Amino acid sequence: MAEPLKKLVSRTIVIAQESIDTDQIIPARFLTTTTREGLGAKAFYDWRYDASGKPKPEEQLNTIDAGEHRVLVAGDNFGCGSSREHAPWALMDYGFRAVVSSSIADIFTSNALKNGLLPVVVDPETHARLLADPGARVTVDLEACELTFGNAPPVKFAVEPFARRCLLDGVDTFGWLTDRIPAIEAFEEKNAA
Amino acid sequence: MPTPPNPRTMFDKIWDAHIVQAESEDAPAILYVDLHLVHEVTSPQAFSDLDARGLKVRRPDRTFATLDHSTPTLPPNQAGERPYVTPEAAAQVETLRRNCAQHGVRLADWDSADRGIVHVMAPELGLTQPGMVVVCGDSHTATHGAFGALAFGIGTSEVGHVLATQCLLQRRPRRMRVSVDGKLQAGVSAKDVALAVIATLGFSGGTGYVIEYAGEAVRSLSMEGRMTLCNMSIEAGARAGMVAPDEQTIAWLRGRRLVPQGAAFEAAAERWRALATDDGATFDHEVRIDGAAITPMATWGTTPDAAAPIGAPLPRAANDSTRRALDYMGFAENEATTHYPVDVVFVGSCTNGRLSDLRAAADVLRGRRVKDGVRMLVVPGSESVRRDAEAEGLDRVFLDAGAEWRLPGCSMCIAMNGDLVAPGQLAVSTSNRNFEGRQGKGARTILASPATAAASAVQGVLADPRTFLEAAHG
Repeated sequence: MAEPLKKLVSRTIVIAQESIDTDQIIPARFLTTTTREGLGAKAFYDWRYDASGKPKPEEQLNTIDAGEHRVLVAGDNFGCGSSREHAPWALMDYGFRAVVSSSIADIFTSNALKNGLLPVVVDPETHARLLADPGARVTVDLEACELTFGNAPPVKFAVEPFARRCLLDGVDTFGWLTDRIPAIEAFEEKNAA
Repeated sequence: MPTPPNPRTMFDKIWDAHIVQAESEDAPAILYVDLHLVHEVTSPQAFSDLDARGLKVRRPDRTFATLDHSTPTLPPNQAGERPYVTPEAAAQVETLRRNCAQHGVRLADWDSADRGIVHVMAPELGLTQPGMVVVCGDSHTATHGAFGALAFGIGTSEVGHVLATQCLLQRRPRRMRVSVDGKLQAGVSAKDVALAVIATLGFSGGTGYVIEYAGEAVRSLSMEGRMTLCNMSIEAGARAGMVAPDEQTIAWLRGRRLVPQGAAFEAAAERWRALATDDGATFDHEVRIDGAAITPMATWGTTPDAAAPIGAPLPRAANDSTRRALDYMGFAENEATTHYPVDVVFVGSCTNGRLSDLRAAADVLRGRRVKDGVRMLVVPGSESVRRDAEAEGLDRVFLDAGAEWRLPGCSMCIAMNGDLVAPGQLAVSTSNRNFEGRQGKGARTILASPATAAASAVQGVLADPRTFLEAAHG
């Protein structure tokens, strides 16, 4: 079940690269786990560590304070590729609670929302301003569906209404669906006839 | 045929027939799932969710599991031990076995003649049928759309939802039709069409859409070719791709073990024929591609849309993304990708690991040798493909040419079982992703068709397969 999320005030970390796929977010060789926990240590592993497994000192992801940088601003088409939910698990465990881009892949969006990682899609102009200002202090307000930074007026973003309600109120999606099993049984009966 | 009063697309017909509860402003639709395919990598946490809630798999009869991603492709040792890459990989397979046993889910286990890559074995068995909603915790689930099913990949939380309820919460996606018109040239395969489509749409051109592939060139593809085309829909951002069922689809399915038999099959076939998009139905977006102009394609960059005809010059590094891709690949702008020595050739995967793919590669390799210094790995998509290939002697063609012939699995496509491209090595691969490090940390991947992969293995550089095929048939 996703951790509730209402409002987030954080500095950004910027990775301007386009099409950051889920193999970058968490390489496939770490998918042999059978739990959701501890994947932050493997987030962006091949960017953060050299061939001998030593952290690369020049890599910004190795220098940030994860508690302070909870918003990742990334290039267009973030989260493309594999459906692995390990990607949002790793990002969450690493400390992120929101990803901002000009477009975010469908399956990643769905997976992120189920775990309390907020995908925020903004217009290209806002995106460009965020990319140009790493470390900016931003406010992501899920109640108002607004992102604020600098002196600019707040920018609206869209979140699927049901997922938004689940995040704001801590609604358990799984339980919501299992509560509807009578309707599912009725559907099955009708279609078996 | 007269236009029906409310013409609908194939997608709409399937979607509408699976709505348990209609979508509203507040909540997505509850969408019924006919077939849920499961593998070891994206399911353990979902089964744990059920266990934590004291739930059982609601419809084990609509659930089918296989082992494919973490599985070694080398045989067991004399003690019968499988050479798993890590103890974790072995434990993951054990976890799926235990979960399937506890929940009564059918599993194509190591000893099963059915085992294979989930998107290869399920159609073979007749599990996948037209008009179905098919899901799997795997982004290449769109493969099953080749049969006129609505098939898409889901995350692990959703795998749990389907295990527990047989349903998913979904908003209706938009619909796109990609028509590939005209007749394909000789030596041009479904993979070339797929790469041409993705290059046209761009890496996110399909985001938010379900694609229906249509047009003469698509209709002319075999069922295996249609699976290859639908398989790669996600590489343009689309969760699903589909092709309307026709007489070829019905003939391919007739007699398979898990389709209806006898009169029930003919009745089902009648329903399947009615699934095609009605004349006059509209799509949210239409794309037309000249199929007759497609030539053998290969990727040059680190996203699957970075594809071009083999031999075309590399693009200029006009932006950061192109520069980064060329740098990673070690390619120079305006050069041709056919100039760079290839280290590894991989034939296999859910995209191109079927019998027809292995035949295409073998047709090029027969009587030839893999160039010295090139490693070629051929991995059948399923046990059934392996049996059929060995019965035809394709394994001998590959082994005689100097290639390795392995056991079925995802292998070097996702490179989590120990089958790796080494750092810096250049691979020509029939798989579906050329992302940085996809086939191993630092690995460089060119995506291409099975015939192109085989031709490249012989030449030691990326090669247009048509010269070999002309020699064989001329």
